[in-house]
Amino acid sequence: MSLRRQLARGVRALVNRAAADRDVGDEVRDYLDRATAAHVARGLTQGAALRAAQLELGNMTVVRERVRGYGWENAIDTLVADLRFAIRRLRTNPGFAIVSVLTLALGIGASTAIFSAVNPILFEPLPYPHASRIAAISDIAGDGSPADVTFGTYRELAERNRSFDAIAVFKAWQPTMLGDAEPERIAGQRVTADYFRVLGVPPVIGRDFQDTDDRTNAPNVVMLSDALWRRRFGADPGIIGRDIKLADNNYSVIGVMPAGFENVVAPSALAWTTLQYDRSLPIDGREWGHHLRMIGRLRSGIDLSQAALQLDAVARTPLPEFHRVPWASLSGGMLVHSLQDDTTRAVRPALLAVLGAVVLVLVIACVNVTNLLLTRAAQRRGEFAMRAALGAGRTRLIRQLLTESLLLAIIGGLLGMAVAELGVRALVALSPPGLPRVNAIRVDGAVFAFGMVVTTVIGFVVGVIPALHASREDLRTGLQASSRRTAGDHQFTRGTLVVAEVALALVLLVSAGLLMRSLEHLFAVAPGFDAQHLLTMQVQASGRQFDDTGATNRFYDRALDAVQHLPGVTAAAFTSQLPLSGDFDGYGVHFENDVDPSGDGSALRYAVTADYFKVMGIPLRRGRLLGTYDVGGAPFVVLLNESFAKRKFPGQNPIGRRMHVGPADGPWYTIVGIVGDVKHTSLAAGELDAVYIPSGQWFFADRARSLVVRSRADIAALVPAMKAAIWSADKNQAIVRVATMDHLVAATAADRRFALTLFEMFGLVALLLAAIGIYGVLSGNVSERTREIGVRSALGASPSDILTLVIRQGMSLAALGVVIGASGAVVASRALVTLLFGVSRLDPVTYAGVIVLLAGVSLVACGVPAWRAARVDPACTLRAS
Amino acid sequence: MDETNTDVIQGTLDMLILKTLSLQPLHGFGIGRRIEQISRGVFKVNPGSLLTALQRLERAGWLDAEWRQTENSRRAKFYSLTRTGRRQLEVETEDWSRRTSAVARLLKAEG
Repeated sequence: MSLRRQLARGVRALVNRAAADRDVGDEVRDYLDRATAAHVARGLTQGAALRAAQLELGNMTVVRERVRGYGWENAIDTLVADLRFAIRRLRTNPGFAIVSVLTLALGIGASTAIFSAVNPILFEPLPYPHASRIAAISDIAGDGSPADVTFGTYRELAERNRSFDAIAVFKAWQPTMLGDAEPERIAGQRVTADYFRVLGVPPVIGRDFQDTDDRTNAPNVVMLSDALWRRRFGADPGIIGRDIKLADNNYSVIGVMPAGFENVVAPSALAWTTLQYDRSLPIDGREWGHHLRMIGRLRSGIDLSQAALQLDAVARTPLPEFHRVPWASLSGGMLVHSLQDDTTRAVRPALLAVLGAVVLVLVIACVNVTNLLLTRAAQRRGEFAMRAALGAGRTRLIRQLLTESLLLAIIGGLLGMAVAELGVRALVALSPPGLPRVNAIRVDGAVFAFGMVVTTVIGFVVGVIPALHASREDLRTGLQASSRRTAGDHQFTRGTLVVAEVALALVLLVSAGLLMRSLEHLFAVAPGFDAQHLLTMQVQASGRQFDDTGATNRFYDRALDAVQHLPGVTAAAFTSQLPLSGDFDGYGVHFENDVDPSGDGSALRYAVTADYFKVMGIPLRRGRLLGTYDVGGAPFVVLLNESFAKRKFPGQNPIGRRMHVGPADGPWYTIVGIVGDVKHTSLAAGELDAVYIPSGQWFFADRARSLVVRSRADIAALVPAMKAAIWSADKNQAIVRVATMDHLVAATAADRRFALTLFEMFGLVALLLAAIGIYGVLSGNVSERTREIGVRSALGASPSDILTLVIRQGMSLAALGVVIGASGAVVASRALVTLLFGVSRLDPVTYAGVIVLLAGVSLVACGVPAWRAARVDPACTLRAS
Repeated sequence: MDETNTDVIQGTLDMLILKTLSLQPLHGFGIGRRIEQISRGVFKVNPGSLLTALQRLERAGWLDAEWRQTENSRRAKFYSLTRTGRRQLEVETEDWSRRTSAVARLLKAEG
């Protein structure tokens, strides 16, 4: 009741302040009237009575204020008044307000955006129950890097390991979905039965895969993602058990995954089916190809290192009942990582570097706000001394300043929110293709709040300083100081802050410069082929009719023939794997009469058609290229890449030597030629061993091949005609990954480019903030020293003397910042080393360039206040004081 | 100076106002005058404190206020006791007498 009354009266008083004031006024007036009347009644004259009553009552205004001052609504009143005043103050100095707000917005916004992106990728656990127990298991390639596993290895580990509750292997699957709507190629995965049990997420309706689904020739079953289920089947719960048509075959739907299920290893997968590999492990089958990825769920109580030890032990002790092939001998052991490390390994260095950069930006923003507020505080010392002299209490002054800081922080924060939102969108758009968990990136409220609190606290602390000054120091000093405008010792603090800003900006700019030079070097690397005017696409052969090798080869031959006859096409060829496309297909090699088995290892295997080298522009170094006569029935031939041949046959002629590729009991391939090296995994990688075999002479028919086409005309315009040509051979085959080779080359540097773009942006922001910092300090300094400058010029200093004086002051700060920043950059660039290519982290060109840039910008920032100082009219200033 | 202390004992102003109003509704000046009269001039209420206290008691819900027209056609605010105000008066009276009798006992005590 009383609370309600408090509220009601308070609100009424707030809404109708005038009425509330009149009420109080009337009541006081009435009191005075009655007191006067009482005095008159006691015999005083009217005038004397009024005076006596007034004496009793005291100052009427004070009484009114006291009565009016009661109630919570007055606190709001004061706040509103403070806010109004704050807005007025900020509007009288719009430059300060705009710069502070923008600085805050950029600092808060940029750091929120980056933290929001990096957090789910690097730090949050994967979205699975007990996600830390999910491991990625891989074979080890010849150079020690992780490699995909074979089905044979999976079968052995599934039997022999003691560390995992479940393990599963999977590969990509891209069926064409037929049905009522037009044919659509969907992304999916072929998985072994335990796949979802490893991830720990069961289907939301229907059942999970069972071991019996994964037998060769078992009935086709498919698991749908929530997205596909909604889009194509209207979220029909009766879908379970229905047949859907995928790539010519009927698949029975057994389940639907939950809406929130995130498939981290293949985020775009919409459907899953079983792998159905042959468990008898035929030696010449796909069962021994290195093309599967393996994940496992650790048994409870076993950690990653124990699991790694156990798998290694299994790998190094072959058992007779588990047959192994030479190229999957596991002699090097196995690698076990957490799935999280595995998915983020490629992007981690770039993301950490970017994270470091944004922290620097946040620090610079804080320094800049501090600087601005200090400058402003110095300018307002006089004002606060004056207000204190007029009776403003210390708390009242502090409150006023806090209101101002809060107002800035709120406006900056709101803008920062917008910057963060835009930033996150831009990040997702800019993100390199390999970035995992992109769909989990959203503006992180906690991070935003953190940025906001940090900057606001700084605003508060710094903002309150002038109020403390005003109340602490002798008022007279403050007032005098304001009229004399002497430069105080706070100049030192602000100078320090400017030095810090320049130093931090230098660190960021050097990093950006190093990345830029790396990218330049990277694109200067010759990929080993001519990427211009080259179009690529992957053509898949899916369906039971292609279980026959001859049928598969005939399909690709017909498709190639149709493409070659298109107008505008100079040459075309198929290859089993394409450089710089993410393909990686290696087989064990063994040379005849090789006494040194250390030369044995794995080489990239390209099964290509005759024109491949002509299309790609890969040069012949020795011997001959492949011809159309190198068919299945002809003598088996192979080409080696240059560095492989040099390493294997130093100073000898390799032509005519023979080798095995793949099964040890397979045919001998005779080396007929040596071709130039090609960058396969990335421009930055070294040369890998590679062999080229005519596709008709490989022991199975690849069912996903890349078409490479060279043309004179505009390549992109040819795409529809090419697709039509391929479909003339078989209209149901999927064509994917259509890209120009130029695009693939650029994409290999995507993570570096991503880091570079962000560093460039942050570097620019840092440069701008540093310039603002220098400018702010110097111009504050110049206006405080107007009198001194006036005296100097009155005593004969020329404008150029004054100009030099101010510029020297500013540039010495900048120089100090450069020296400190350069040493900082030397240390900080260590974090960048993995992202650098062909450039030392101490690259003198970069350092020199950045220093020149910073010096130039600093000079401009000094120039404006210096010019103003040089124009000070001595007569004016002297008269004014 | 022969001026005796006429200040209201600290913390008792609310109770005195409530008591005065329990007899009849009154305006601010009347309340002050009545306290002065009944206390035979021992207490003189400071007008500022009185008006602030009235504002506070009204907000607390112990007093109701009503505007009436005065004879010289100005507005006068008349206060009256609410039910909760009456209860509050009882509480404060009891509390006061408990404490004053304790003080009285202490003062009478002999070594």
